[in-house]
Amino acid sequence: MDWAIQVEQLTKSFGHLLALRGIDLRLRRGKFLTIFGPNGAGKTTLIRILSTLLRPTAGRIEILGMDLRDAGEEIRRQIGVLSHQTFLYNNLTPMENLKFYGTLYGLDHLKERIELLLEQVGLEGRRNDPVRTFSRGMQQRLAIARTLLHDPQVVFLDEPYTGLDQHAARMLEGLLGQMRSGQRTILLVTHNLARGLGMGDEVAIQVGGRILYREERGKIDPASFEERYFHCVEEGPAWDS
Amino acid sequence: MGFLIQLRVLLWKDLLSELRGKELISMMAFFGLLVLVIFNFAFEPGSAEAAHLGSGILWVAFTFAGVLGLNRSFLLEKESEGLQGLLLSPVDRGVLYLGKLGGNFLFMLLVEALILPFFALFFNLDLWLLLPQLALVAILSTLGFTAVGTLFAAMSAQAKSRELLLPTLLLPIVVPVIVAAVKSTGQILEGRPLAEVAQWLKLLLAFDLLYLVVSFLIFEYVVEE
Ligand SMILES: Nc1ncnc2c1ncn2[C@@H]1O[C@H](COP(=O)(O)OP(=O)(O)O)[C@@H](O)[C@H]1O
Ligand SMILES: [Mg+2]
Repeated sequence: MDWAIQVEQLTKSFGHLLALRGIDLRLRRGKFLTIFGPNGAGKTTLIRILSTLLRPTAGRIEILGMDLRDAGEEIRRQIGVLSHQTFLYNNLTPMENLKFYGTLYGLDHLKERIELLLEQVGLEGRRNDPVRTFSRGMQQRLAIARTLLHDPQVVFLDEPYTGLDQHAARMLEGLLGQMRSGQRTILLVTHNLARGLGMGDEVAIQVGGRILYREERGKIDPASFEERYFHCVEEGPAWDS
Repeated sequence: MGFLIQLRVLLWKDLLSELRGKELISMMAFFGLLVLVIFNFAFEPGSAEAAHLGSGILWVAFTFAGVLGLNRSFLLEKESEGLQGLLLSPVDRGVLYLGKLGGNFLFMLLVEALILPFFALFFNLDLWLLLPQLALVAILSTLGFTAVGTLFAAMSAQAKSRELLLPTLLLPIVVPVIVAAVKSTGQILEGRPLAEVAQWLKLLLAFDLLYLVVSFLIFEYVVEE
């Protein structure tokens, strides 16, 4: 079928530590799934594996129907990753940062594309100032432009709200809403219930390297979800089982 | 052809970033000069002893500056969290390696060019006529040094005690390059013809190729956990 993400029995160990203990996950094209989990649940590890930065210990993964093991480079072309780290060069300006990444991706009409994105994230006035002079919120907005520069089919978001003030967080929320244009698939992982519950098609809970719960967002109410979440976190599989 | 464009933009990014900050080059040059100054006090300038030991001292200064530069080179990526940004882009890991190597090679060579006049000054040597030969040795040695150095810098950038890890890993492995560099520089400073130095240069070339090929091939496994 038309799956953007297919994960079967994914495990990842760091030495003795089992960070992922058999993740099964499927997400259709165009859908937006939010996975909630406490610190150490393995959310970042999952995102890093799905985005080809980390090798899985075992399991099968397909992104957009391509096997992660043999299509790494093609998959990287189709995905974008936004985390609390910005992947920007502080001494370079927004124009230069985006030109750098755009050239690595071999994009056509790069200049026009950069102009358009800078406008969308509201940074066109600061296009020639070094990134190091930017506030955290502005850096994160530029990081969004970087993430969307190559028009990725699948976007992974790892705690994108970390370090943002209320205003910047709301702006980010608006931009994430716009991100959902077309058939773009979005996977967001976060520990922040307050921020994450307000959007997306589906929600899931990951604890101790396992996904314990998944439901359509329309079918849950926030209060009982919160209760379920804390129940999962407390009762979830112990680390050393 | 695509990879040449990628290589060019990788280099452009490192050079531009350094041009704005100038932290790397100035720090490398500072420590290199510090080594020269210390040795300058240890030996009577212009003495036979100093001339004899000169090539060794020069390469201690170069190596010291080089290790510092390598330590910082991936720190730039870390500060900008760019290594992950780079690894997420559809660029062959070998091209990433070559791009990083290119920057490290150019920076170290530039610092060597900055240090050399002070060396001539402190040790009372007239180096003008020897410049082409010295440049050849410097290029060959620096290539071998940074070829392995870039690999190990990437490796130790992931580890906790990276400042210690890099020299402990790197220096033993590049000993052949440094020995050849010291020997050939010494012979050049003594005024021997290039033909006599040739055997050391061939050795350098062989190690350059070996280090380049091996590092290029294993870089991918170093940066992906
Ligand atoms: N590179 C690594 N080496 C060793 N352990 C790691 C590494 N990355 C993550 N871990 C461990 O794996 C577990 C899951 O981490 P992580 O995926 O960052 O969780 P989360 O993002 O949900 O907070 C943690 O116990 C963490 O210490
Ligand atoms: Mg995390």
